[in-house]
Amino acid sequence: MTARACIVGIGETRYARDKAWAPTTLALNLEASVRALEDAGLRAHDVDGLMPFPGLSCAEEIAANLGIAELAFASTVHMGGASPVASLLHAALAVTSGVAKYVLLPSGWAGYSGARARQTVATEVGSLPGGAIARDYYIPYGLTAPPQWYALLARRHMAEYGTRPEQLGAIAVAMRRHAQANANAVMRGRGMTLEDYLASPMIADPYRLLDCCLETDGGAAVVVTSEERARDLARRPVHVLAVAAGQPHPADEIVSRKDLFRIGLTSAAPRAFAQAGVRPSDADFAEIYDCFTFEVLQQIEEAGFCKRGEGGSFVEGGRIELGGELPINTHGGLLSEAHVVGMNHVVEAVRQLRGEAGERQVPDAQLGVVTGFGDFGDGSIAILGRS
Amino acid sequence: MSARPLPQLAGLAKEFYGFCKARELRFQRCTDCSAWRHVPRERCGECGSAAFRWERSSGRGRVYTWVVANRSMHPGFPSDPPVAPVVVEMDEGVRLLSELVECPPGELSIGMPVEVVYDDVTGDVTLPKFRRLA
Repeated sequence: MTARACIVGIGETRYARDKAWAPTTLALNLEASVRALEDAGLRAHDVDGLMPFPGLSCAEEIAANLGIAELAFASTVHMGGASPVASLLHAALAVTSGVAKYVLLPSGWAGYSGARARQTVATEVGSLPGGAIARDYYIPYGLTAPPQWYALLARRHMAEYGTRPEQLGAIAVAMRRHAQANANAVMRGRGMTLEDYLASPMIADPYRLLDCCLETDGGAAVVVTSEERARDLARRPVHVLAVAAGQPHPADEIVSRKDLFRIGLTSAAPRAFAQAGVRPSDADFAEIYDCFTFEVLQQIEEAGFCKRGEGGSFVEGGRIELGGELPINTHGGLLSEAHVVGMNHVVEAVRQLRGEAGERQVPDAQLGVVTGFGDFGDGSIAILGRS
Repeated sequence: MSARPLPQLAGLAKEFYGFCKARELRFQRCTDCSAWRHVPRERCGECGSAAFRWERSSGRGRVYTWVVANRSMHPGFPSDPPVAPVVVEMDEGVRLLSELVECPPGELSIGMPVEVVYDDVTGDVTLPKFRRLA
């Protein structure tokens, strides 16, 4: 991209596990959208592009509820948890090409008070990429849910590279520590030690309970526009320096891959870093999609923050904590803030680059990396810069 | 407990599981580039050819990785005892998702040699599973 896109508005709802609240998924998407537009200083009728998250809401109902009468661009990326960051790619193309002026990206779900993630995947498998393969070749043997898919990779990584449970635990502990500095984090006030991690029950061995992301209610949204339009808006824009998406091969099936650890990010990250003209070591922080701890470790390796096989030692010794060499998931992530399908990672990166992250602010943050990870290993990455 | 979910016997899955019912483990092999493949596909992922044969597997392979489904996330599979989906790498090079019979999860190890057995789970469906080789 020669012309640049900017993120000019961010919005989040309350993140909670509160049976008395019980919002609908649509209401969460709408509230986050309204807040993102307020933050940007825009009105709903300024929006002419919509990119909702797959399967949670759709452009038609968002537009109908917000009063967006004219949509020039409405699209959805089908990459599971990689969708929000991959949507930034599509939105950037739309605003820099002139197809749309302001693209709104709503996300969020009632993942606690509505249908839980663990229940939906197996029963609605047909809606997933590779759904028929899972139905015919995985589910009859009891491989029915995401923690089980990815645990297959985690165990093989442990066998090939000596990755240890304590190293996965270091990731969980870092996310939990960061959540203590975030008033909207569901796990604020509930500290966790490595001993707590190791004592938590097995869910999908080698995954323990505390390797797994939260099931929460929450919505998050961002607004994207061109650099030129961003100059006229209220907020300090955050530049999308580069954004890329990629898929493993085959993307619709996991176990037959020649290289089990090659994911979408493996090809997307070098493209993004080259486009931005920066190296992984230039990043001041990273928000890494953390559905499960091992996927953080794997993405750290495949994005090039360290070599494959070195992720275990990379995450130890406080390197990924605030104050460390590369703070990761400064908001607490899906593991300890809330599971807002990764759009909360984009929002947090913008907040850090605006210098508005309060007690968890990374000092003088200039360059941030955000990743997405979804389905059977689809990947996306955005490199964002302070203006 | 609900019944275990079954594969839908249609298209290439019907052919694959049909061979299993006849006590044969067969994988597709590309007629043009000789690459083996599984799961069944319309075309070869190596060369794009649509020409293939269902070729008989040795039935032998090794445990590549596995997971123990300690917490059930599907009504068809109980937590106690948990199922342990296993990836087997066959001597032909293809991998498939399956499970071991007569092998508690605690006794699984990567590289363990295994051979195919056939489990007639219903009158229509036979699933290939594996047992330890001595």
